[in-house]
Amino acid sequence: MIIYTLAFYLFSSVAVLSALMVISAKNPVHSVLFLILSFVNASGLFVLLGAEFLAMILVVVYVGAVAVLFLFVVMMLDINFIKLREGFLQYLPFGALLGIVLIVELGILFLTKNFSQSNLIIYSKFPAIAEIENTKMLGSVLYTKYFFLFQISGLILLVAMIGSITLTLRYRNTSKKQIIHNQNNLDASQAIIKKKIKLREGI
Amino acid sequence: MSITLDHFLFLGAIIFTIGVLGIFLNKKNVIIILMSVELILLSVNINFIAFSVFLNDLSGQIFAMFTLTVAAAEAAIGLAILVVFYRNLGSIEVQKINKLKG
Repeated sequence: MIIYTLAFYLFSSVAVLSALMVISAKNPVHSVLFLILSFVNASGLFVLLGAEFLAMILVVVYVGAVAVLFLFVVMMLDINFIKLREGFLQYLPFGALLGIVLIVELGILFLTKNFSQSNLIIYSKFPAIAEIENTKMLGSVLYTKYFFLFQISGLILLVAMIGSITLTLRYRNTSKKQIIHNQNNLDASQAIIKKKIKLREGI
Repeated sequence: MSITLDHFLFLGAIIFTIGVLGIFLNKKNVIIILMSVELILLSVNINFIAFSVFLNDLSGQIFAMFTLTVAAAEAAIGLAILVVFYRNLGSIEVQKINKLKG
């Protein structure tokens, strides 16, 4: 139990600190890397909760795909990030005030509502590995009860893929590409030129 | 002293607040704003999974998965729009995104 508590505090404090670094780092590459750290720690928390499948999915999807995409875009675009940080301190007092108000309101909500004392199942132990696995249970629900939602999420990914390709695709005149009908209609009389080359002179 | 649902809800609230704060502080940098949106979605996922585990109901985890899907799609499209915008204007300042004002 004490290990569980310690692990929770370790993972959550690192997640919160790296989330703070995401929004305050000077270099956007650093903030992407801190975002990765934050997500890895959140996946550790999911393992603590007993949701192993989502923890692994979080690592695969976020660290493997989304964060690398962010890193790629940050490094591809040649941007003066110092200039973009002007006004960071200007908005800091108002932003901090807003953040404090938000966190106090949410805290009041949680403290008065007292979720953990209501009739929820108290679950704070290591996930029992011998029991039926989380992945198996998720699959048995996902492919039966939520099958249509699952298919719609696949469609969302397809639309996102088509959308991002059509947005970023551009035709350039300088690029060389194959035009099939021109190739097929090519006439040998136009393609091959006969020339008489004088000796020792070349073309 | 055991970890209860409240601990996870507080963690979610703190990360959510950091995400909102990030949108406010980095008003010029679209990339950081997109990352703050990802943080907000992460906090939503933490809440979903914590409630799912403590209520012993798997639907929360299923919906966390759908949130993950939508977040990935959103990041891909957002970054594609960002690349197109940078190609056209040579900058990613939010203040310059005003071509649609009519």
